[in-house]
Amino acid sequence: MEVRFRVHRYDPEEDATARYQVYTVDVDGDMTVLDCLNQIKWYQDGTVTFRRSCRSAICGSCGMLINGRNRLACNTRVADLEAAEVSVGPLPGFPILRDLVVDWDPFFAKDAAMKPYLINDTPPPDKERRQSPEEYSKIDNATLCIMCGCCSSSCPVVWNNGQYYGPAALTKAYRFIFDSRDTATRERIDMAGSEEGTWRCHTIFNCTTDCPKGVLNTQNIQALKRKVMLEKLGFTGTKLVFNVDPIYKEGEAQHEHEAGGIATRA
Amino acid sequence: MITHDVIVVGSGLAGMRAAVEIRRKAPQADIALITKVYPTRSHSGAAQGGIAAALGNIRYDANGVPVAAPEDQPGDDWLTHMYDTVKGADFIGDQDAQEILAREAVPTIYELEHMGVPFSRMPDGRIAQRPFGGHTNPRACYAADRTGHALLHTLYGELVRYNVKVYPEWYMLSVVIEDNSCRGVTALDIRTGEVHAVNAKATMFGTGGYGRAFKITSNAFSSTGDGITAAYRAGIPLEDMEFVQFHPTGLFSHGILLSEGARGEGGYLLNGLNERFMSRYAPGRMELAPRDVVSRSIYSELEAGRGAGPNGEYVLLDLRHLGKQKLDERLPQITELARDYLGIDPVTEPVPIQPTAHYSMGGIPTDADGRVVRGENEIVQGFFAAGECACASVHGANRLGTNSLLEATVYGRRTGQTIANFLHLESQGVGAAIPAMPSQALKQAEDELRELLSRTGREIAADIRKELQATMFQNAGVFRTPEKLEAELGIIEDLRERFALISLDDKGRRYNTELIETLELAHLLEFSECIVAGALARQESRGAHARRDFPKRDDTHWMKHTLAYREADGRARLDYKPVRYGPDGPRFQPEERKY
Ligand SMILES: Cc1cc2nc3c(=O)[nH]c(=O)nc-3n(C[C@H](O)[C@H](O)[C@H](O)COP(=O)(O)OP(=O)(O)OC[C@H]3O[C@@H](n4cnc5c(N)ncnc54)[C@H](O)[C@@H]3O)c2cc1C
Ligand code: SF4
Ligand code: SF4
Ligand code: FES
Repeated sequence: MEVRFRVHRYDPEEDATARYQVYTVDVDGDMTVLDCLNQIKWYQDGTVTFRRSCRSAICGSCGMLINGRNRLACNTRVADLEAAEVSVGPLPGFPILRDLVVDWDPFFAKDAAMKPYLINDTPPPDKERRQSPEEYSKIDNATLCIMCGCCSSSCPVVWNNGQYYGPAALTKAYRFIFDSRDTATRERIDMAGSEEGTWRCHTIFNCTTDCPKGVLNTQNIQALKRKVMLEKLGFTGTKLVFNVDPIYKEGEAQHEHEAGGIATRA
Repeated sequence: MITHDVIVVGSGLAGMRAAVEIRRKAPQADIALITKVYPTRSHSGAAQGGIAAALGNIRYDANGVPVAAPEDQPGDDWLTHMYDTVKGADFIGDQDAQEILAREAVPTIYELEHMGVPFSRMPDGRIAQRPFGGHTNPRACYAADRTGHALLHTLYGELVRYNVKVYPEWYMLSVVIEDNSCRGVTALDIRTGEVHAVNAKATMFGTGGYGRAFKITSNAFSSTGDGITAAYRAGIPLEDMEFVQFHPTGLFSHGILLSEGARGEGGYLLNGLNERFMSRYAPGRMELAPRDVVSRSIYSELEAGRGAGPNGEYVLLDLRHLGKQKLDERLPQITELARDYLGIDPVTEPVPIQPTAHYSMGGIPTDADGRVVRGENEIVQGFFAAGECACASVHGANRLGTNSLLEATVYGRRTGQTIANFLHLESQGVGAAIPAMPSQALKQAEDELRELLSRTGREIAADIRKELQATMFQNAGVFRTPEKLEAELGIIEDLRERFALISLDDKGRRYNTELIETLELAHLLEFSECIVAGALARQESRGAHARRDFPKRDDTHWMKHTLAYREADGRARLDYKPVRYGPDGPRFQPEERKY
């Protein structure tokens, strides 16, 4: 099947404006968007520039805007797009370095601001710190994140306010605040609950809808908001459980997820 | 010129673990890390199944079912882990290094846990462990089926904690060695297109493996053996390159990995007749025999006409009996991969699989402390390597599953310690001068790039790459014959000539990924010769190297490591060196390898 690819081309030092260039690829059964971009790069036009590495949806290199949605090029089958034409652009809201390649530095700087490492002020035991499967289950979903940027790049608040930490960084904050082994809750809350943190989120759900790994970003941010409130009200125990239900029940999340997606995508 | 006390090339588990260790042990040292992808994009993140350590949290009961071991009676010990590793390696691993791997595994894992790795847990909160091929006891610690990802992101956090300087998307072009002392590297800043010389007292490689020489592979596009080739070009021989691991369960036609954890959790392998064919080849361990054994068994089934599918080209991984709940809980990624790439749901259908090039046992020779060595034991001053690019050799002729994440972290840590000690040596004290970078190094790197960009031939790099990968898989794959290997040597030579006649579409310097792919292809063409030449010379079958004409291991003639040296004309010359043991000689004597 012949499919037309409209690919974003832009070299900030050469081009005044971006343009879209059309390539035609003969697509068979299981080919992914990444397979097609490779075909274009290898056999039609070596100057088409994009990132990729693992081609198995784990390294987070290949997030792109594909037919209007942020996705990973490597796990998006062209057939599943059900379109005769596929448009491929860089992740929106990030500075563009070339064609489909965006600048990651601001994204990683926001992640680093969240102190993405475990802090525990008691000396470690000789063996492992214990963590029950129930305690672990609170962070299981958040640890799925591959830092592909699809979420933050789909968030209208990020587009309008470059300072907002955005969903990926806040999910990172969540991942440590709700890790039973971490003791820096207060410090983390100050960061996540600061002016550029949780309260900027308008619960638009794009970030959850567009996450290719099923990370429940919006729910994490909501849980953080509750946690911030409780902490600020003086309930400082790290083991507070009432009213704090970080991971939504599966069905519930699914429901909101869909509703959120439809309501906000114009 | 850029200068640092230490430059680490590679931000996979080995490189990052080393960097963190140097920060801890030599906090005043100025250290930086160069990587061609952002740290969290490194290939270590793709590792699925687990990381081995004899914690002994789980043991087999009398019926062979994994159960919780009492806390005061660990179900495992490091010596058994070492024995399994020695045997898995088919007795050609270096036992001093294998002992260190097994002994230091336990503290290394606890340390990783303290750093915050989100390991899967037992009900009592201990780290969960599961069975893996070739291991006597269930000793694979895991984070669902995304263990590498969990480790990689945790170590990235440590880089942030210790504020290690990173040069992301910098491509190392060459390593500079003069008078047997390493002076640093040259590197291309991909974003700007500028070439830099990076001068350092200590240079460490953690540049990963070389699976991309093969058509069907589980490896990322970035696993192109850059560090290995750079060392080779700088006069370091490459060790045991012929030992390439083919993992039995790659997704059919894609090569994407379905973790051995799938069999560890109880998955079956079926042929076209619906038989659990492993009963023919390894009745004792069945599906959990080591990878080389299982991959050969699959090929034997296919050749006997017992394959599955319309053309009998694959066998099946059957997970249906594990049930949806277990698959969702323990193997969610695998389920997703099968669905996304083949449109098959493992809950209801068996998954077509075929062996896939997976792991590079060979590489840059090091001693048991991560120092790069030439010849039998001549240390190259200031040059270190760890992880998949290195050959210590802990994996010998065949690596056991879960032992390489372990190698990357144990040896990353240990090599970091070696480097910290090296910096503390009087002459290399942190205040001491950095040995000079030869002035021509930068110019040479720059000239080579310019020459490549100016080529105007008619050959297309992609054609050359495709042909190399297809023929390497055909001719230097699971079963090898002298005829095929000879043919492959000819093909490689031909492809190298054609490579001289390519031209690039992209002649620019900024963010030129076509240029990067072409530099990587040059590496594939160069080290592939070492794989094939080593395989042709080695007239025996050992571990992952299986010769049709020499089906048996031959300890009398071949209990030795291959060394491939690069000659002035660019061809490989082979030499050999003995297997190393600890000060008290071998702990384990060679025996027949049966499972
Ligand atoms: C799909 C898959 C699953 C696996 N599962 C397991 C498992 O369950 N258990 C297990 O023990 N092992 C597993 N392995 C093997 C294991 O993951 C690897 O051996 C290990 O992670 C290698 O780590 P590393 O640090 O040596 O290299 P890598 O993680 O590959 O890192 C290499 C680094 O070098 C950098 N680099 C390379 N070339 C250059 C250059 N020219 N310039 C600059 N930087 C460069 C890269 O950017 C990267 O940062 C698996 C492997 C694969 C492919
Ligand atoms: S829920 Fe909406 S506003 Fe909040 S982070 Fe996600 S996309 Fe942004
Ligand atoms: S939360 Fe999801 S979309 Fe966002 S960076 Fe992580 S994996 Fe990507
Ligand atoms: S290439 Fe790694 S996520 Fe797509």
